[in-house]
Amino acid sequence: MMWQQEDYTISSVPAYLAKRLGYYAVLLLAAVCLSYLLASLALDPRAYYAGRQPPIPAASVNHHLTEIGVNDHDPLLSRFLHWAGHAVRGDLGQTIDGTSVNAEFGRRLGVSLRLLLAGTVLGTVAGVLAGAWTAVRQYRLSDRAVTVASFALLSTPVFLLAILLKTGAIWFNQSTGTDLIQFTGERSPGLTGGFWTILKDRSVHLLLPTLSVALFAVASYSRYQRNTMLDVLGSDYLRTARAKGLGRRTVLLKHGLRTALIPMSTYFSYGFLALFTGATFTETIFGWHGMGEWFIDSIGKNDVSSVVAVNVFAAVTVLLSGFLADLLHAALDPRIRQAS
Amino acid sequence: MSTTPLLEVAGLDVDFDGRPAVRELGLTLRRGEVLGLVGESGSGKSATALAVLGLLPGNAAVRGSVRLDGTELLGLPERELTRIRGRRVSMVFQDPLSAFTPVYRLGDQIAEAVRAHQDVSRERAAERAVELLDLVGIPEPALRARSFPHEFSGGMRQRAMIAMAMANDPDLILADEPTTALDVTIQAQVLDVLRTARQATGAALLLVSHDLGVIAGTADRVAVMRDGRVVEQGTVDDVFRRPREPYTRELLAAVPRLDATRRPRPGSGEPVLRVRGLTRTFPVLKGTAFRRRVGTVYAVDGVDLEVRRGETLALVGESGSGKSTTLFELLELARPEGGSIELFGQQPGTLGKAAARALRRRIQIVFQDPMASLDPRMPVGDIVAEPLRTQGAGRAAAGRRVRELLAQVGLDPADAERYPHEFSGGQRQRIGIARALSVEPELLVLDEPVSALDVSVQAGVLELLQRLKDELGLAYLFVSHDLSVVRNIADRVSVMYLGRTVEAGPVDEVFAAPRHPYTQALLSAVPLPDPELERKRTRILLAGDPPSPTRRYEGCRFRGRCPLYAELAEQERKRCAVDVPVFEGDGVACHFPRVRSVV
Repeated sequence: MMWQQEDYTISSVPAYLAKRLGYYAVLLLAAVCLSYLLASLALDPRAYYAGRQPPIPAASVNHHLTEIGVNDHDPLLSRFLHWAGHAVRGDLGQTIDGTSVNAEFGRRLGVSLRLLLAGTVLGTVAGVLAGAWTAVRQYRLSDRAVTVASFALLSTPVFLLAILLKTGAIWFNQSTGTDLIQFTGERSPGLTGGFWTILKDRSVHLLLPTLSVALFAVASYSRYQRNTMLDVLGSDYLRTARAKGLGRRTVLLKHGLRTALIPMSTYFSYGFLALFTGATFTETIFGWHGMGEWFIDSIGKNDVSSVVAVNVFAAVTVLLSGFLADLLHAALDPRIRQAS
Repeated sequence: MSTTPLLEVAGLDVDFDGRPAVRELGLTLRRGEVLGLVGESGSGKSATALAVLGLLPGNAAVRGSVRLDGTELLGLPERELTRIRGRRVSMVFQDPLSAFTPVYRLGDQIAEAVRAHQDVSRERAAERAVELLDLVGIPEPALRARSFPHEFSGGMRQRAMIAMAMANDPDLILADEPTTALDVTIQAQVLDVLRTARQATGAALLLVSHDLGVIAGTADRVAVMRDGRVVEQGTVDDVFRRPREPYTRELLAAVPRLDATRRPRPGSGEPVLRVRGLTRTFPVLKGTAFRRRVGTVYAVDGVDLEVRRGETLALVGESGSGKSTTLFELLELARPEGGSIELFGQQPGTLGKAAARALRRRIQIVFQDPMASLDPRMPVGDIVAEPLRTQGAGRAAAGRRVRELLAQVGLDPADAERYPHEFSGGQRQRIGIARALSVEPELLVLDEPVSALDVSVQAGVLELLQRLKDELGLAYLFVSHDLSVVRNIADRVSVMYLGRTVEAGPVDEVFAAPRHPYTQALLSAVPLPDPELERKRTRILLAGDPPSPTRRYEGCRFRGRCPLYAELAEQERKRCAVDVPVFEGDGVACHFPRVRSVV
């Protein structure tokens, strides 16, 4: 009948996702080409061998550079095609020291994941809860205290916080006469033992880095979450929920926080990205050899293939974050599900 | 039956951050009774309703007494209040879009209300939700229970809200401006549903409204509020017929009435504006990276208008009927997508730059929202002078003219130095009028100029507009959804439905003897501030919501909701289904027009 409302067209979710992924593949390709171009033009691998004692003969430098595919005497296009030919087969080339980029990549990725995962997850959850809680207690003492603490943390440089944590740990160890808190590297070198011994050792090493990552996450997420929660707290539908006779906790969590999480989905995904590539200081100070450190080191060494690899990683992370943000947003908000 | 009143409010005071909102308020409500609480904005009527259920925000301080069946509610611990809320006393709020949690299905939200007070299984609560949706007239309730709030139209959402309020058979329903955000035909439907809800539950109703017509048609007794106090209380007949307080009398006198007897004075001579068969479509786009067209919105699809010098033509229609699009097409001063526009005998799209600029001066607009349409960082003098300066006036000349204009619209010339936020809503609308008049236009387009204002302020602005028209010999194109206002300002009226003009003529004739079934339904839905007349009137209730403007229609586009169509013979119906009714002059776009008196 002509006067009935049109049915909503529910486009299939897999088709939408496939389209989205195809779109990302194009972007990724562009990002990879541009980073290769930029790295090849800006970095000078030859300089890595200059000024050595004893000097390395030009011929063998040339030979080595050609071997790893970054000799500036070869035309840029052929260098790129050579690299790309390997890259499509999953081989990201060789580092300037002649080792496999893939191997280094895998190792560093693992380190970064182990370093950041616990801190990020912990910080996100705690940040959301702290934000929601302070919103409910707006302008009370607890809200003000958390606000002050958050801004103090946010305005503390990472390295300062890390060093303060270290100092605290040293003081703790000294005053208790133990070496309970470890803060250099991933594990105690040369330690042998069963699964539990190793796990305990690794956990002890993780304590401070996790704390430093989590504290920043709590500080920033709690600010965003407080704002979105405050918007929701004044909303008509929370009043409706109360008017129905629901208890305070159901009103605040089921109707309030659930809706206030929607705008956070973007922050979550991109926050994860920022941690991954921005953890250089944390890695350096606590002696972890992750992606951030690799990026700085390889620029210093004029190591084209490694720099490109880190860039590829960053690009993939950006796109994946965007994708996750979309998925999360759609999962949280029925209005978005229909529009897409 | 006990003699204790169901609800007894006594000596109620509400303060927001120390500012008084309600003062020494007393009310009683017996079982099954409807009490109307009426007043202008800021009179404290909503605060009173919210105070009953303890739903006021944290910055409110409440004193006094609210007794439900003799039990004091004020000061009751939150845990005990939650047992009363939604079970003994439930609430219907004004804005039905923001009153539902956007992320849950409507059926689930209603079922949640059931389960908050009744020990029933999830499945049973879901079934009950469907039953309730059926009771309030939602078609295909089992299917629609799975919809999210944004998938419902405003009227449907308000029905769902009422269903939720009925869920636990309450003794009292508080309705806070339940129809204010709705179109008048939808308002009639929702008031009807409220009646059903009362019959089904036997609940008493506290109806908060600024609309005296709604109160007159629904309430048994009425309390008139002003500045936080009840100034008069009594049966609707007593208060509307024999108001004792001067404020009630003023309020009743200020309400524009649909059954007014004002004689219109249609203009004569050549029209200043002539629109024929105007159309305007918008593409419906989809996709992010590659946007493509997936459909068309036929926003304006055949509009005819004629405005003569010295007359006011009112353009009326419900939301989505294409009134605003029509206006913006006129003000664009470009060649229309379809049909023709003639302004002062010229065709806007064909003019050169200078001629278009000269034409621009002759047609000006006053916007609906008097706050949003004035730059908050500009002094009023500069705002009013801006069109003048654009037309090339010097600073000194513009300054003189601004003082003159401000006096003309009833403001102090010294106000030129002040900023928009220092003025009240009515004064701001006067500033908007002064700005439009600054370049001495001949045609003024007024887009819902008084719909954001309280009735007493409204009356002043309407009077000003009438006076200016007489003094300056202006023509008005007055867009409004409020037919009572239209009856009191317009000379001629043009009715739109779904992008098309369906009827036009002198306002007294069209209102007294409407020929198009849609005009009849529209007029019959407007409540009169007169309980006796209201009881005698029969409402023509239209079924459902206006259909989607993204479709093409064969034949008459109103026939799906047309009460007349249902009565026609088979042969006659065929004609409605095939032929598009044509609108001409002061006529009616209906194949079988029958006069029906509805006011």
